[in-house]
Amino acid sequence: MSAALHDRDGAWRRATPIDWLDKLRNLLRTMAFCLVIAAIQCAFQPDWPYDIPLRYSLAIGTLCWALIDFGRHLFRPNPDTGWPAGIPGLVLPALGIILGYLGGNLLAAWWCGFSSWAPGGGAQLRISIGITLLASFAVIYFFYSGSKHTRLHARMDEARGQAAEAQLRLLQTQLEPHMLFNTLANLRMLIGTDPARAQQMIDRMIDYLRATLSASRSTEHPLATEFERLRDYLELMAMRMGPRMAYTLTLPEALRAVPVPTLLLQPLVENAIRHGLEPQVAGGRISVRAGTRPGAHGPLLVIEVHDTGAGLPPAPPPGQRFGLSQVRERLASLHGSAGTLDVQTPSAGGTCACVTFPLRPAP
Amino acid sequence: MNQPAPRALIAEDEPLLAAALQQELSRAWPGLQIVATVGDGLSAVRQALALQPELLFFDIRMPGQSGLDAAVELAEDWPGTGPSARPFPALVFVTAYDQYAVQAFEAQAIDYLLKPIQPARLQKTVQKLQQALANHAPYAIDLEATMAQLRHLLAAPGVVPGSSASSGAALTLIPASSGNRVHMVPVAEVLYFEAADKYVRVLTAAREFLIRTPLKELIAQLDQRVFWQIHRSTLVRADAITTVTRDEAGKLHLELTGRPEKLPVSRLYAHLFKAM
Repeated sequence: MSAALHDRDGAWRRATPIDWLDKLRNLLRTMAFCLVIAAIQCAFQPDWPYDIPLRYSLAIGTLCWALIDFGRHLFRPNPDTGWPAGIPGLVLPALGIILGYLGGNLLAAWWCGFSSWAPGGGAQLRISIGITLLASFAVIYFFYSGSKHTRLHARMDEARGQAAEAQLRLLQTQLEPHMLFNTLANLRMLIGTDPARAQQMIDRMIDYLRATLSASRSTEHPLATEFERLRDYLELMAMRMGPRMAYTLTLPEALRAVPVPTLLLQPLVENAIRHGLEPQVAGGRISVRAGTRPGAHGPLLVIEVHDTGAGLPPAPPPGQRFGLSQVRERLASLHGSAGTLDVQTPSAGGTCACVTFPLRPAP
Repeated sequence: MNQPAPRALIAEDEPLLAAALQQELSRAWPGLQIVATVGDGLSAVRQALALQPELLFFDIRMPGQSGLDAAVELAEDWPGTGPSARPFPALVFVTAYDQYAVQAFEAQAIDYLLKPIQPARLQKTVQKLQQALANHAPYAIDLEATMAQLRHLLAAPGVVPGSSASSGAALTLIPASSGNRVHMVPVAEVLYFEAADKYVRVLTAAREFLIRTPLKELIAQLDQRVFWQIHRSTLVRADAITTVTRDEAGKLHLELTGRPEKLPVSRLYAHLFKAM
């Protein structure tokens, strides 16, 4: 209730400042429309002088435009279109047209020195109302779609910029120099002592790097592939951490082909290692488990990343915040409120990150 | 005079890398004896104190305690004088990649090694160490210089994860909970802070409180001119210091007005109390 009231009040806030150059541009366009309308009228009524329809057309058109275009600043705009949201968006043009028509007629009559409201002008009146309505709708639609177009463009550019930035940050966290150089240092040792294992590791690293670099390009892949990528990363970390790290991946056969966003789980597993296991002298164990549970709107896919590490730090370091917020953002953009990420500290210690979103059957 | 074979300790949490460093060192310096290899910062300090080697190779990112913190702790606990005193070991940091750390090391005489370790680069380090050990009999790597370098490193941004050189908002009141009450302790009344296990003790002339905020975070929120760090775990109000005394072992202790305790000053901060 109070929210609705607040919204109604909010509708009266002048949300956007007036851009006078834009208004001048709109005025000139409106006047151009008026000239065209007057010309069409003249074409149909060659015996009439051109200046009378022109004066009427200019007076009515300009007044309609001024009422609507300035009136819309009294209301809160819809962010997608810039047009007033809700009821005002319909009432404003209607009022603008009626008042503009009546006022414009008076203005034009005073300008021409006679009135079209003279008796017997019924047909004339019908024509002028018809023209006003048609012309108004055409002009309103023209402006509405133009404004919507520029706003959508601006929002698309913004979204593109954000996506590019997110992509870059993802790359920066995934290709963290510490991880890269340490892995290479391990490989350098293995090449001398265990060439076969070194080859295996290099293959894993290639897969990991390729997935990281292409994660942004493809949006979905089967859950089995996602688990395979996690295995690459975990194997690389197991090589580095030795006996301090153990892991299990549990993926039921029925869920292998289910589509999931690429590398969605990667940041969670990385957090489990970096903030859970690495600070602990004894290390620990990571288990990733996929399953399903019934939801309000059909079955849900549930994936848990559990570690027996140090638990959540009181103030998460920036990297961790980015990891979690990145997972949340991706879930929200794909599934809205149906996709959730829940991070808990179980009583037994460690951390458990749980991702839930609607289960879509395999294609 | 024939010197015994120099002994080294390696602290590196990744087993393969520890083995690799050991291997490369045995090639570059066949006479060197590796007396221990440990995988975390806490063991590094323990083992170094127990074995007292001449050389230390510390990884920076380790579980439990970073290589830098381990070095600081070791410097504080190293027996400096007396019959059992030995010179402080020559310290080499090993790091995978850390721009700031590298920058900090560039200006220092303590060497650093970048992983993956290249034999040619290691050879240079070995030469440096051999020279340092040969120049002095008994080889004294200057502890004072080491302390200055460590201080410099600790202050360098980005070297120690979570530490920031920028000071946050100045703290004026400290909420300290006891039972179901929260006492608001004015910072102006605090004489010193002391880290104890998971807590930090906040001491005024009359009372003592416990808070959970780590000392490192407190330091960032306090005026450095008002509160001086005199030890890894102690922060004192500078204008409450009355006397500084040196005991027979060469350690400094200071006393504060309004408190009976004698607080130890670590080597790292002893330079604050050099008489003018």
